[in-house]
Amino acid sequence: MSEQKIVPGADRELANRIPLRTTLSNSLTMAYRSLLLIRRTPQQLFDVTIQPILFTGMFAFLFGGAISGSVQGYLPIIIPGILAQTALTASIATGVQLREDMDKGVFNRFKSMPIARIAMLMGPLIADLIRYAIATSLTFAIGYLLGFRWASSGAAILCAILVIYAAWCVSWIFALLGVIAPTTQVVSGISNAILFPLAFLSGAFVPTSTLPGWLQDFVNVNPMTYIVSAARQLLNHGTIGNDFWLSIFGSAAIVVIFVPLTLRFYLRKA
Amino acid sequence: MLQETKMENARADGEEILAIQAHGLVKVFGENRAVDAVNLSIPAGGIYALLGPNGAGKTTIINMLTTQLKPDGGSAKIFGHDIRSETQAVRQLISLTGQSAAVDEKLSGYENLTIFGLLLGLSRSAASKRAKELLQEFELSDSANKTLEKYSGGMRRRLDLAASLIVQAPLIFLDEPTTGLDPRTRIQMWNTIRRLVTTGSTILLTTQYLEEADQLANRIAVIDHGHVVAEGTSHELKAAIGKATLRLELANENDVENTLRITGKILAAKASNPQPGLVTAPMADPDRVTDLLIALRESNIHLAGVSVLEPTLDEVFLALTGTPSSEGAAGQK
Repeated sequence: MSEQKIVPGADRELANRIPLRTTLSNSLTMAYRSLLLIRRTPQQLFDVTIQPILFTGMFAFLFGGAISGSVQGYLPIIIPGILAQTALTASIATGVQLREDMDKGVFNRFKSMPIARIAMLMGPLIADLIRYAIATSLTFAIGYLLGFRWASSGAAILCAILVIYAAWCVSWIFALLGVIAPTTQVVSGISNAILFPLAFLSGAFVPTSTLPGWLQDFVNVNPMTYIVSAARQLLNHGTIGNDFWLSIFGSAAIVVIFVPLTLRFYLRKA
Repeated sequence: MLQETKMENARADGEEILAIQAHGLVKVFGENRAVDAVNLSIPAGGIYALLGPNGAGKTTIINMLTTQLKPDGGSAKIFGHDIRSETQAVRQLISLTGQSAAVDEKLSGYENLTIFGLLLGLSRSAASKRAKELLQEFELSDSANKTLEKYSGGMRRRLDLAASLIVQAPLIFLDEPTTGLDPRTRIQMWNTIRRLVTTGSTILLTTQYLEEADQLANRIAVIDHGHVVAEGTSHELKAAIGKATLRLELANENDVENTLRITGKILAAKASNPQPGLVTAPMADPDRVTDLLIALRESNIHLAGVSVLEPTLDEVFLALTGTPSSEGAAGQK
């Protein structure tokens, strides 16, 4: 270390707020850190690799005959459903990981450093985009192997972007849970309780017309239904309908509500 | 600009800007008043020690001063910046090395330091260069690319300190920096701490080791049950509690009787003979020692050694808090 004297604390001119540019760079650094952590513990990718492969094959062969008369006929229903479902499942891990991360000693250092508070939340969530991308690509690959053909590659790419975007927005709900829940067990318990009705009581696996009326009402307010429906229109017909825009704006609404909430609870705790 | 004006005003009044100024800091955890109306005035430069047993509230004080924990009462300023309303300004002036290593277990030493460097605003190349420098300085170069899971406890603490020094802060908090270190590493740590002061930083450290406070700190606050029970230099604290002891080693054991008599008379105190050839007496007035030494020579009593024993901080601690300092590891909060 140099023997040069530092600028005395009393002689420094300091701003009490973090500029936007620093906030962005802090967030990217935190995302880089999360990526390094994912690389060190590849088990974290289990839910976005094994699950889409298993679920796509399993559901196609299990329900294909019963619901659509054949596996081939069922693929246009199930593939968009699995796409939305795996991305949603991947997004619930956000809460658990955030909770685990915040309990680590290193967060004590982050808290006392002059870095933007939101970067500590934003970093892991940006890194999660990789996870959604893996889940989505694998589902497409398995679907293709089983014989599913999408309307056009442009539509397939747009569909992938939609699903990844929606999963990222929804992950803020679970981020809030991660911030307010006392332990990781609580986070994962509540997350699963939210996930299962959202994933299964939707149009993801069966045509909604087969459901009893009261259940149809629930399915019709379930945001998953709109994402799945938008994905179906894109993949099967190559068209963008109302459901697409509802999904885009609905997801954006989640971000608008949950980002400030999460940050507020996070700051209160920090 | 605002800060600049404030500073000039302060100087114009002839007031010094303190590194830390705390008034009546309070933190309550449930029923427990962990920190109860603590005042601190710590000038810039030098080393200040918070000395106290486990659970005394030292870490809680640090957590509040480093903006990690909101106080339930009172206020504090770091170089004139309020810890509640100017948190981001405060954070630019401090760095913290906590009790448990605040580093990423799953990442390598190099990755840890690079990430902290990037977060502190260094460019990618500057962060990488600084990481390598620090790893070298703390003798961790060989383990630079191993994950911390493979580091020993001592290595982890060194990396933790290195992480706090990526950019040298004007005010450095060290929470029990040498707990669990072997004697050699402890001396190294002390040297690092002293060098940080020579290069312009102010250090606030906590310790349970009286010797450490004595060796390092310019001033010491003794903390017990959330209160500051005494404050001053190590010398002042000792002087406030006990008297020093004069210790005479005799060249000839047969002189003990005479020495006891002469010493008792001149120092006007009861001298004792704790072991053969050794005479000790409480030394209330150091001036009289000269008279004593002359009297001993005139009586042809030869000395093998003369020394003065100051009261130990251990005795100080016991007197102040009513508990021995080495009270062991009762759950630190």
